[in-house]
Amino acid sequence: MQRLPNRLEKLLAALEDLDRNDRIEMLVDVARRFKCVPESIAVRPFPKERRVPGCESEAYVWAESRPDGTLTYHFAVENPQGISAMALAAFLGDSLSGVPLSEVVAVPADVVYRIFGRELSMGKSLGLMGMVNMVRAAAKQQLQCCAQKVDRK
Amino acid sequence: MSKRIDERGYSTADVLVSTDWLQEHLKDPGIRVAESNEDPLLYGADHIPGAVEIDWTRDLNDPVRRDYLDKPEFERLMGRIGATRDTTIVLYGDKNNWWATYAFWVLQLFGHTQAKIMDGGRLKWLNENRPLTREVPKYHATDYKAPQRDEKKFRAFREQVFKHVERKLSLVDVRSPEEFRGERLHMPDYPNEGALRGGHIPGALSIPWGRAVNQEDGTFKDAAELRKTYVEENRLQPGDDVIAYCRIGERSSHTWFVLTYLLGFSKVRNYDGSWTEWGNLVGVPIENPSAEGRHAAAA
Repeated sequence: MQRLPNRLEKLLAALEDLDRNDRIEMLVDVARRFKCVPESIAVRPFPKERRVPGCESEAYVWAESRPDGTLTYHFAVENPQGISAMALAAFLGDSLSGVPLSEVVAVPADVVYRIFGRELSMGKSLGLMGMVNMVRAAAKQQLQCCAQKVDRK
Repeated sequence: MSKRIDERGYSTADVLVSTDWLQEHLKDPGIRVAESNEDPLLYGADHIPGAVEIDWTRDLNDPVRRDYLDKPEFERLMGRIGATRDTTIVLYGDKNNWWATYAFWVLQLFGHTQAKIMDGGRLKWLNENRPLTREVPKYHATDYKAPQRDEKKFRAFREQVFKHVERKLSLVDVRSPEEFRGERLHMPDYPNEGALRGGHIPGALSIPWGRAVNQEDGTFKDAAELRKTYVEENRLQPGDDVIAYCRIGERSSHTWFVLTYLLGFSKVRNYDGSWTEWGNLVGVPIENPSAEGRHAAAA
């Protein structure tokens, strides 16, 4: 089984020790830490190509290059009631920004079940998995860009 | 602004309560307020003081089979929230009360008729800056005794839907027009939940659930407006044998509630198998205007 990035694995381990109510409380606290994408990266109206397909909370994802070649991930969640999307955005931003791209690409989309539990509705889980997939796609694209640069040298 | 509930002409007006009414009755011991949402974090983020959570997956559905909870599970649920047969359960939730009406419908399967919906749902309460808390209330557990689940009156299964199609009885498809026409397999902005075929059950009327709701505050439209949509425009009659369906039965429980309690229809059932069942069944009849259009263009 592919090892998950350290920070993500630690957060998941902390969640898995909790019962349902405590896990929800922790995720609500995570959601409250969510910060919308800075204006230096994007301003409203956000472009459609950044919108997560199938996410009812109207989530958007951006990736910003870092000097070491990794990415910082930014999010917007336009539905003020989209608290699960906000929690996931904060969770992914904290645990995957600055992580080697190959590790981000290898994060499985169904990690959302480890975060939120198996009780997620199918619609909700597919929307949240769409957020993970957008992050993975950004990392994959960056990885391919880096590979092309190396090839040209 | 919406009229007062008792001035809207509903057949059973007392099945709805206003946000004002609920705020005045929060400490009434005969009432148990229950929040039911799609998003599992919303209740934990904040809720109406004293409200318990009824989670539609964990509390209302069987964890293995696609079915609702059985009698002992229902008794445990009601016991856990400290309800008796006489307790009035006031439900509210996200998504214009989709999950609240779904929970209300499940209560009816077990004959708990002392139930109400808070008009406008969670968002109206929030928008009116009413009190909220993160404190989860604790109630003394009760020894709730429920009758056996009785589905005849309110629930439809696929065999009954087949017969309904054959007999050309009323079917109401409450999904979006795009889903009805077969242009998409899911709601706009929602992911596909696994239906293999698009379209609708033959003969179904397309009356999206949202036509029953005032967009500005999420409250139910008054009876005259509802009658215009369901009776005048779509020729449904209060004595008709009606089956409503959507994707998994949540939006159609909203329409079931409207037709049964607000317009006084006497025989409305919710087909909770809905499109995620019908759209995957082998060999069942389907009308798909978008596919028929493509076939005609290709011919």
